[in-house]
Parts: sequence; C-alpha cells; structure tokens
Amino acid sequence: MTTTENPTNAPAPEIGRDRRRKEDRRLITGRTRWTDNQAITGLLHLSIVRSPFAHAEIQGIDTSAAKQVPGVVGVYTAADIGADAVQLPCAWPITKDMKAPQRPALAGSRVNFAGEGVAVVVARSAAIAKDAAELVEVDYAELEPVLDMEDALKDGATLVHPEIGTNANAQWVFDSGEAGSGGSVAEALSAAEKDDDQVVIHRRFRQQRLVPVFMEPRSTVVDPTGEQLVMWSSTQVPHILKTMLALTLGLPENKLRVIAPDVGGGFGGKIAVAPEEVVTLLVARKLGKPVKWTETRSESLLTAHHGRDQIQDLTIAVTKDGIIKGLDVKLLADMGAYLGLVGPGVPILGAFMFNAIYKIPAYRFDCTNVFTTKTLTDAYRGAGRPEATFGIERMMDEVAVELGIEPMELRRKNWIKHEEFPYTTVSTLTYDTGNYEAATDQALQMFDYDGLRREQQERRQRGDVKQLGIGISTFTEMCGLAPSRVLGSLDYGAGGWETASIRMLPTGKAEVVVGVSPHGQGHETAFSQIVADKLGIAFEDVEILHGDTQSSYRGLDTYGSRSLAVGGIAMVKAAEKVIEKAKPIAAHMLEASEDDLEFTGGKFTVKGTDKGVGIADVALAVFAAHDYPEGIEPDIDAHATFDPENFSFPHGTHLCAVEVDTETGFVHLHKYVCVDDVGTVINPLIVEGQVHGGLAQGIAQALFEEAPYDESGTLLSGTLVDYTLPSAADLISFDTANTATPSTTNPLGVKGVGEAGTIASTPAVVNAVLDAVRQYGVKDIDMPTTPFRVWTAINSAKGTAGRGDEADVASPGAGLGSTASDISKGDTQGGHL
Amino acid sequence: MIPASFDYVRPTSVDEAVQALVEGGDDAKLLAGGQSFIPVLRLRMGDPSLVVDLGGIPELRGVREEGDQIVVGAMTTHHEVTRDDLLAQHVALIQEATKTVADPQVRHRGTLGGALAHADPAGDLAAPTLALDAELVVVGQNGERRVPAAEFFEDYFTTAIGPGEILTAIRFPKYTGWGARYEKFNRVAQAWSIVAVAATVKVEGGSITDARIGLTNMAGTPVRARGVETALVGQTMSEETVRAAAQAAAEGTSPTSDADAGSDYREHLARVLTGRAVLAAAG
Repeated sequence: MTTTENPTNAPAPEIGRDRRRKEDRRLITGRTRWTDNQAITGLLHLSIVRSPFAHAEIQGIDTSAAKQVPGVVGVYTAADIGADAVQLPCAWPITKDMKAPQRPALAGSRVNFAGEGVAVVVARSAAIAKDAAELVEVDYAELEPVLDMEDALKDGATLVHPEIGTNANAQWVFDSGEAGSGGSVAEALSAAEKDDDQVVIHRRFRQQRLVPVFMEPRSTVVDPTGEQLVMWSSTQVPHILKTMLALTLGLPENKLRVIAPDVGGGFGGKIAVAPEEVVTLLVARKLGKPVKWTETRSESLLTAHHGRDQIQDLTIAVTKDGIIKGLDVKLLADMGAYLGLVGPGVPILGAFMFNAIYKIPAYRFDCTNVFTTKTLTDAYRGAGRPEATFGIERMMDEVAVELGIEPMELRRKNWIKHEEFPYTTVSTLTYDTGNYEAATDQALQMFDYDGLRREQQERRQRGDVKQLGIGISTFTEMCGLAPSRVLGSLDYGAGGWETASIRMLPTGKAEVVVGVSPHGQGHETAFSQIVADKLGIAFEDVEILHGDTQSSYRGLDTYGSRSLAVGGIAMVKAAEKVIEKAKPIAAHMLEASEDDLEFTGGKFTVKGTDKGVGIADVALAVFAAHDYPEGIEPDIDAHATFDPENFSFPHGTHLCAVEVDTETGFVHLHKYVCVDDVGTVINPLIVEGQVHGGLAQGIAQALFEEAPYDESGTLLSGTLVDYTLPSAADLISFDTANTATPSTTNPLGVKGVGEAGTIASTPAVVNAVLDAVRQYGVKDIDMPTTPFRVWTAINSAKGTAGRGDEADVASPGAGLGSTASDISKGDTQGGHL
Repeated sequence: MIPASFDYVRPTSVDEAVQALVEGGDDAKLLAGGQSFIPVLRLRMGDPSLVVDLGGIPELRGVREEGDQIVVGAMTTHHEVTRDDLLAQHVALIQEATKTVADPQVRHRGTLGGALAHADPAGDLAAPTLALDAELVVVGQNGERRVPAAEFFEDYFTTAIGPGEILTAIRFPKYTGWGARYEKFNRVAQAWSIVAVAATVKVEGGSITDARIGLTNMAGTPVRARGVETALVGQTMSEETVRAAAQAAAEGTSPTSDADAGSDYREHLARVLTGRAVLAAAG
C-alpha cells in the first residue's frame, strides 16, 4: 500500500481528446482472428446450393453425383437436417395481425427469391464443397415472380406465400389526431384545399434497394464438440443470436456460446439470425464435428439482407408564406420474400422522423409492408430514418420551389427554435436538446452559402456547361435505441437497455466487459477513454472485452447508434459502482471516515489533507484481502445496466454543392459541409471518421448504388462490378464540424454518431442535383442520379419545354429556379422519371 | 476465391509457352496478369483444364525503341506503361489511357497484352491501340506474324490471335510531339468505360495537321472515328471547329444499350467526349 503525497498530479482528461484507435493496428495489419480464420482440427466446410429462380416449386433434388465426389462428407436437403421445419425469427411483430410466413433455414418445397438455399454440401475442404455443390441437380417448376409492390397488392396478384393469402405483411398507422399529439391531417388537407392562402403539394419519392456491403463477408463456424456448443459468427448481435438460436431451435440457452470475434463491418447487414448460421449449426450437430461456412462476395450481395426500398407518397399542406399545416405520409415498404429479424419494424422507425425538426400541427403515417420475390430487406445504416429524412427534406425543397421561398428560410420558418426545447413532437417523441440555428449558421458560413448562390447565378447567366446546384438537409434522428418501455409499446421483442462490467485487476488495470458488439466503430478506444476518465486510470490500462457471451453474458449488441448513448452510460454507471465499492476500503486504508473522502483523478483523498490512496491500491488491497473492513466483500468489481429514459436526438445541417455536367449528365461533388450536433464528443477523431464514412454511404445512395432486379426476378447487381460502390476517388474532402448541445437524458450528454452522415447526406445531394437542373424544367430524378438519368431528365424536360414558360432563374426563391407561377390548388404531381 | 480445378504451368520462354498452349488444346487458357481472367475463374464463368501463366517470361516484358517504332512487350504491366519515358515521349496516348484503367492494385498486375487479347469492348486500351495504328505481334508454332490493329479486333472478346498463338508485343509508330488525351466516362473511378475517346493530334502553327481518334465501347470492337479525323485535319484549332468536327464521332458505330446508357446516349457521349478529348489533346 502506498499513500500518495501529491494527489493533484491528475492526468489530462481523456473525454474530448483525439485518440488514434487502439484496435486499428491489429485490424489493419490483419493480426487478428476473423471468423473465417478459425482453424479447428477436423473442421469441415459448407457450400450452399442456391436457387437461380425467384419463385419456383422444388420438384426434386438429386444429390447423388455430389455425394460421389471424393472428400464430400454429406449432401443434405432441407428435410435431411430439419432446416425446412425451422422458423427463423422475426423479433418485431409490428401489428397484432401481422402476416408472417414461415422462413426456413433451407427451402423445402418452394423457393421465394433467387439465391435462397435449397441444399448444403459438407466436405473436407471449401474447394471440394464448392465443386460438389455444382453437381447437385435441382428440378424447379418456375412460378410467376412478384416484383412490383403496387402490383403485388392488387386483387388477383400472384402471391409470394399463398398460405398467408396476401402479399401485404402488415399495415401500421400513426395518426396525430387519434393519438392526441396533434390535429387531423384529413382536416388539415381539406381546410387547405379551401383556403386561398394555402396550397397542398403531393410528391412521390422512390427509395431504391441498397446492399449494405460490409467489408468482411459473413462467416460462421460451429464447434459442437464441447459441453457448450460454440458458434463464432461475423455478426453484430452475438447476444440476440444466442437467445434466438435457443428459442428458435429449442436448444437449452446454457448449452450455447456465441462469439463475435473481430467483425469487419456490418452497417445493419449483420443484425440477423441468418439461415446460414442455423444451417451451419444443424450440420455441426448432425455430424458432431466442427463446421464452417463462409460466403463469397457474390453470395453476400445476393443473399445477405438488403436495405431501403420504399415508395413514398407525401402530401403536405402549407400556407403560402411557408408554414406547414399538415403532413400525410403513405409508404409501401418492400420486405422481400420473408421477414428478417427486425425487417417489418424498419420503416416504422421512420414514422417518428418524417416530422423531423419541424413543428407540424397534424401528421399521419400509414405504411404497408409488402412481400415480393426478392432478397429480404432489413436494417441498413439509419434503418427507417434515412428514408424519412429523405422524404421530408426533398419535400421541403419542393415546397420552397412551389412557393418561391428560399429553401433555408422555409426551414427556419418551421423548425423548433432552440428556446423551445424540450419539445414534444407531433409523433410523440420529446426532443431533449438541440440548436438548429447554431448548427445551420455555422454550416452556412463554412459553406459560403451566399457566395455559392452568387456563383450559381453567374453560371446560369453564362450558360455554363457545368451548372451548380445547392442542396440542403437539416435533419435530426432518434438514436440511442432504446428505452425499453417504448420498445414494448411498439411490440418489439426485446428491451433496449445495455450492460457493462468492470473488473479491477490486482495490478490496477481494468477489464471492461461490454454488452455492445463493435464491428469497426472504434469502441475499444472510445470506451477506454470513458472508463479511464471515470476511474482515473491510464487509457492504456483499460481493456475492452466484447463479443463473447461467455465473458459478456448480458447485452443487446450494436445498432441504432446505441453503443455510446446506451452502452457507454452503462460503463459510467459501472465505474461509479466501482468507486462506491472501493470507498469504504479506501477509508479503511487511510484510517479515515468515508464521509471525509473525495475521489478525483483516480485517488481517494481525505478532504483538506494530502493523504490519499489510488484506485489501483484499493484493487491490490482487495486482491490480497489481508486487511479490509468487516462486513464488506473483498471485491470492487461492478456490473451495471442502463435503460435510457428517452432516445437521443443528434441533428445537423448538411449543405452540398454539385456541378452537373449538362452535356453528359455527370454529377461532380463540388463542396460538402456538415455541422453535426452529436452532443458531447468523446473522441473527435472517431466522430469525424464516423461522419465521413456515413457521408460516403449516404452520398452513394444519392449518386451511385442500386440493387435492381430484372423482370424474371434476377438480381442485376450480383458483383461489385455492377453494384457501383464509390471509392475515395469518387468523393471529395468533406468539411465537417460540430456544435454541441449535450443530451440531458444521459450523464455523458452524448447522442450518437454512427448513422448521422448517412441519414442526412442523401437528400442534400439529390436536392443539389435537382437545384442544378430545375431551370430546364426537370422536376425529379430517381436515385441513384446516374449520368444517364440526369441527361435523360434534362433532355426530356427540354423536349417538353419551350411553351413560353421559361424557368425563372433570377428572382429570389430563386436559386431554385422558382416555378411559383405553377402553384395550383390540389395535388401537384412531380414529374417522375 | 475457389475456382474449378485446373493444371498450371509457368513457362520461361515464348517457345515453351506456345508448346504448352498447343498441347493443352482448346481448354488451355493464358494468364497474362489476371485483371479479367481471375474474376472469370472466381465466378466460374470459365473452367479451363490448363492455365499457362505468361508471368515468368522475361522477353515479354519491357519497352524498347526499334527504329521508328516503340515496342511494348505484351506482359508489360499497366503500371510500367504509365511510368515509361519512351512511351511518354513518343506514344503518350497509350499512357494516358492506361492511367485510367481500374485501380492501382490492378494496374500492378494487369498487362497491355492481356487487355488487348481479352478484347473487352469496354476495355480502355484497344481504342488507343487502334487509333495509333499499332501492329500486334503474334507468335505460334509457325513463327511470328504482325497484325495491324485495324485487323486485330474482330468482335466482342474476339481477336485475330489464332489457336496456339500468343500475343507477344505491341509495336507503336512514334507520335513524338503529338498531344494526347483519353477521355473516359464511367460511373465510378474503378468501373469500366461507358464510353471513352482516345485522341491524339498534331498541332502546328495553330492548325491541326494530323489526328487519330479511337472510340471505346461504341461497338463490339474499338472504332476509329475517321470522319472526325478527316474533318479536323487542316482546321484552325478552335473550340468551335473541334466541336463541329466531333459531331461525326458516332458515325459508323453500333453501341449497345444497358442500364448505364442507352445507345442514343452513348452516341451523344461519343460526340461530346470526342470534342473534349481533341481539345484537351491539342492543349
């Protein structure tokens, strides 16, 4: 035991400090063990035989040739391993009468999307398994594919799942009039129709289908040879996976251990109980041998769940001076062939976000989820919130154009002012803090908004080949998923708490076991900073342990920007408990009263004296346990669970300038500025990285990415040649900054940053593209706004122009090429390409 | 990557390679870097019985000057092409085009000969090779023959290279002092060209005295924009004259339609990009 002479020698605070990510050395150099690197003696390898057809009856499967291949251990159809009897879980039954078809681990008698597994080959090497899989002969009788959501809902439509009698999964409605949180939209719209001072504007937007494209393809290893069956999997959700495997397969949960080792990205795409995980487990159990499945990139693009894919119909009532009176949202959301783990709930998350940062007196959200014969959709970075943000932010620009109001001015007229927080929205959420004015003002200044608007005018007047467009997105999101009571009210199948445990080691170091499951975010670094600050120990002395249900037995994993806003708080609470438990022991060591102790900078000191003892000294003292107070455990380890009382609400202002090459249709990013308020920043470097990556993904939806199907239901983007991910060469340097109004719903004041860039950026870019070409009469361009689409839009618009209604490119309102004279009563349908 | 199984040989001379190719018969394929062949194997779009790797033949690599020609070994990598001083001085167009191929990793593995023999209509090196009136040296059991670029590209993925023959070198005439530009249009930096234009021009005293223009992905083979060349020669260099001449760029082409571009859009791009390429080449 040492007493410290100089208790004021405290380290500099870790929170708020740029720290390079401690995990990056091993991740970047490959000095780690991904799931596919697991090497177990006697490991067998799987290859899954997949349907080339979108919709077909399986009339027979001949496995005889495959079985003859030397090195093949077994070839199994669904029935052989009971995979057809499995019901893969959907944890979010959004309505009581939701239609949920059985989702088997391998298809039994019918395949419902191209890529669905129908048989599995087990062999001594992955190469043999792959060769043999090509010899499995499957006899299919093709059925009509179901591809278009609107057609799928018509009477007499081919049914994806005839046994449920409909292609509609569920209809979920929120009506502020009925909820008592606002007025009736029907009344607001009808009042607007009759009012000469109001207009009603309708637009239809399309959210294309996207693929998450995580860097590490999915992989699962199952070792059934121990007392506990062990599954390694490249998953975001090891805890949920473990519980769901137990519930789904009827396995005792105590006989299961799930490990998510280092995981190379997820973006929501690894929030799943994947059929392949279950198949790997079933085969391992059947053979009593360890088995591995690792997908190819093409398999990943085809069969790992997709994201987005909505048709959005928005109708807004607004006064002619720009005050929103009501918003009606009707969505069709493509579920694909089955329901994923949280798939049906993804569009519902958007229900709370279409009203965004605006004071909207009447609001209605009506979403119908639709089955099609495509790969299922589920969470993808932002999950529901990017869709909503896109809808409302595109609509705000449409309103600005229709009314001839400067688009930022229109937003200012409607957003919640900083002095109005906390503010309960029309969709019933209470935003705790925010300052839209501050973020916006800083963004406008960084962007040189006025200067770019001037340049835009100059280019228009000169008739430049490259026309400038400026797009705005002022967004908020709900993150920090989630208060358990709220999830309960939404019929979600679990809570939203998070846990952390701190183990104080005899040498004064700390192991922190967390329930969240990092897969590239830099959690180990940020969490180390938090715990180091709270316990007053060195950053290097904190080890973050995660992703193994043996060490971390309680957790709800990583998604929805929750790891810091929920998991981080659990760490703070656990640290507080460690200090609380250490206090009587420190008092004993210092021969002082507990009441006279204070804890700062990692040391307990007797107030008014220089007598003190460090937390490390206490850790050693309880390890030796030679001398500690009566009636107290010699243990200062602690465990805490935090259940947030509210979501957190990051917000920000994103401004994008694009140059549209009017001869070719190519969109060049010209400038991108965003000022995000994510509350307290733990590590500015990581926050900036998250924003940059998020922007790349959101911009990619606007400009580059799409997963289209042909008329037979075949995915056309089955390789990365066809699914055009942008690289650094296709993007520009982003100018990012932060304002901070700390969240008041958690002690760190943090809000979450994992999804912000993705949610905000897509509409900023599309608004910019349209802003550049509206002058030619273009009203909308589907995403991604490819050169071909942009060029075609300009050409078609020019082809229909020249009727004397030359676009106004000079008057205020303005930069948008205001078409205020076109405002008509009733629906104003945007031209749609 | 798990391709179907195949035999693999890595000869150290062209003669050995020809021998291996002949013995391997129809199912033998040449590996000349792997930019396109490796994906074919990975996706199991092909299952050759024998792969003859040309990577171990020193005589197939490098750039040298032979009289009034610059000779590029078929196995010279894209990266080496982009860094070569002789090419920079005498055949800038092939260098400009090569800089746009794929990404740095691929440019370190892929080769000029491999790309030309593969003859992907969206590949970037065939159009400049055609425009530059290169000769392609092909070696088989009966010795060597030289094929003019105009006769080399026969159709989609089809060239004049016969069974048992290997493309060993590309011989470029010198275009010393000519300006060059490869104007590539694609969705993202690593993607294949939707359309691209290879242009090299000689400007003397403010006038265009000679021009060579090749188009990428405007037909099953690269296409020479002879109408534009003719219209340019003798013209005073100006944006107006160049753009006017470029209007002939799509003549004689037969571009495909796909999700990235309709055929009319490709024709339009050919005209726009030709104008830009010539203007940039003329500097």
